[in-house]
Amino acid sequence: MAKGSLVSGSIWDEYSNVVVDRMNNPQHQGHITEEEAEAMNAKLIVADFGAESCGDAVRLYWAVENATDKIVGSKFKSFGCGTAIASSDIMTELCMGKTVDEAVTITNIDVEKAMRDNPDTPAVPPQKMHCSVMAYDVIKKAAATHKGVDMDSFETEHIICECARVTQDTLIDVIKINDLKTIEEVIDFTKAGGFCKSCIESGGHEAKDIYLVDILKDVREEMQRERLHEAALTTTDKKPDFASMGLVQKIRAVDAVVEEYVRPMLVMDGGDMEVIDIKEESEYYNIYIKYLGACSTCSTGSTGTLYAIESTLKQNLDDNIRVMPI
Amino acid sequence: MEVYLDNNATTKVDEKVFDEMKPFFCEVYGNPNSLHSFGSNTHKKMLEAIEYLYEGINADDEDDIVITANATESNNWVIKSTWIDHILGGDKKHIVTSEVEHPAITAACNFLEKQGVKVTYLNVNEEGVLDASAVEKAIKDDTALVSIMWANNETGKLFPIKEIGAICKEKDVPFHSDATQAIGKVEVDVQDVNVDMISFSAHKFHGPKGVGGLYIRKGVKLSPYMNGGEQMDGRRAGTVDVASMIGMGKAIHLATNTMALAYEINHVGMLRDKLERAILKLPDTIVIGGTQNRTPNTTLISIKGVEGESMLWDLNQNGIAASTGSACASEDLEANPVMNAFGSDSELAHTGIRFSLSRFNTEEQIDYAIEQITKAVERLRSISSSYAYTPKNHTSEL
Repeated sequence: MAKGSLVSGSIWDEYSNVVVDRMNNPQHQGHITEEEAEAMNAKLIVADFGAESCGDAVRLYWAVENATDKIVGSKFKSFGCGTAIASSDIMTELCMGKTVDEAVTITNIDVEKAMRDNPDTPAVPPQKMHCSVMAYDVIKKAAATHKGVDMDSFETEHIICECARVTQDTLIDVIKINDLKTIEEVIDFTKAGGFCKSCIESGGHEAKDIYLVDILKDVREEMQRERLHEAALTTTDKKPDFASMGLVQKIRAVDAVVEEYVRPMLVMDGGDMEVIDIKEESEYYNIYIKYLGACSTCSTGSTGTLYAIESTLKQNLDDNIRVMPI
Repeated sequence: MEVYLDNNATTKVDEKVFDEMKPFFCEVYGNPNSLHSFGSNTHKKMLEAIEYLYEGINADDEDDIVITANATESNNWVIKSTWIDHILGGDKKHIVTSEVEHPAITAACNFLEKQGVKVTYLNVNEEGVLDASAVEKAIKDDTALVSIMWANNETGKLFPIKEIGAICKEKDVPFHSDATQAIGKVEVDVQDVNVDMISFSAHKFHGPKGVGGLYIRKGVKLSPYMNGGEQMDGRRAGTVDVASMIGMGKAIHLATNTMALAYEINHVGMLRDKLERAILKLPDTIVIGGTQNRTPNTTLISIKGVEGESMLWDLNQNGIAASTGSACASEDLEANPVMNAFGSDSELAHTGIRFSLSRFNTEEQIDYAIEQITKAVERLRSISSSYAYTPKNHTSEL
């Protein structure tokens, strides 16, 4: 990308011929009147989406045939850039002849694909994918109006990236399965956030409820919690996996062994000990302890007693444990 | 017909400027700092260029006009060396600027904010300018610099530079003005205005790209931004682009002499007004920021129901170049700060079209542009949802 991005290109150079043609000569711009709809034995549906103050707005007119629920007339009016006008035109065309239920399955990706000159080259530059989303939204609005239901009822999944239509569930799965750590990886793997970039983080072209950065952070936190939870579960087993424990867990495990096997013996002789620290040194776990009471002056503290403590901890926790009195 | 109405973005190099530059590529190519005739043969024309530059802004012989790569370099130099000299190396902590400056000022100030410098970005009013009194209120004891543009690139609006200069003088705060959009369009006289530094770029007044300047009044402290050789009296290191400097000298001479400025105001202004009046005859159109106190060549017009990029598209299909602040036309979908200053949610942010003329535009071109603009507005409004048919039982949600 470096060499290619030093001299900025025109976004217009990346428009397909279909986009150019539909911008210059939209085939379906116009309106349908109630009388015209009636003459077709159809009901007129009018749906508005967006606003001039947001930069794009579209009005869709459908004549829906009373007997068949088929869209027998489809026209649009659009305020927006070339891509918005071209995608509205193609969207309107895709609606023609379909039933309302069929039309509602048309997505902005279908619209973008229909605008391609050849199947492998995108019809618009990435940041312009956003403009085709409105064409998709207005269909849902029209269908909702026709059925007298709420627009959101057509959306069963939570879409995070509208340009690439990536759902929240997909994002969560892909981040987990591939152990993704950065936003760049998320964009590479899912394509979400690779177009108008609004969904990456706040401050973009459009405000969102939740952004990719939030999802990544939440999933990473959840993954971390799951790992800790697994580690915590293993400590309740007979043979805990000392190596995979966190430091706090290690200290607790050592304390537990000390409490159960070591301390009762020391206390009988009027002594005691406490764990001061655990440090990893190559493959070894150095457990620093401090003798208390009688132990602190006992001569076997550095020989027999020490050997007994170390052996007990090795048996119960890990062969690589070394005990260091300080 | 091709009509270039985007002269606030850049201008065509005047043929006379190009002619002056030509010998300094293949014939007179010596390094001006060398001790031989190849080098010293450049001096005569370089000195002439300096004369033209000093004349162009009425600088005093004791002042400096340092040749830079462009106004962006000049602006960065002022902001960052102010930081080094007066904030890191002094007891100041604060800079005052406006919210509609060129990114070379805004981004440099954003950078300083990350280093802990306090920056006040003054708002503009509904006419797109700020009141000098707002600058007065913003200046504090620890203010190191005031930087306010001379004329705005989008609206052409002229800022109250003279009043701001007087305030800065009274408060003893250095005053810098980015005059990039003013030179060659209105009189820029550093004797008339108490300004300590001004930035400019040659390519905005029919000079070449890649060369600009920074005027620094005598006695103003400003450490070098570029370290290296002793060029420009030690103020800016790097071998001077001789051809470009000579081109800039010629260009400022051609753009700022009395006749040229009169032509700009009278002729270019007349063509701009003709274009503007014709567009305003179309219903639902307004001049953003109003028509008072502007550079003579610029008009920023909102055309209801017509999105900026669409308008540029239709105009471009017919050979006309203009500009829009609409977010849709930018690489990153960000509306430009001037449009945002008028309210980012406002329709104006998406329907503004800027036409910026130059002395090379002809009346014939403007007549053609009017015809094409009218056609484009008719076509795009015929598609626009803003003018769509609304059936009786439908409540518009647009």
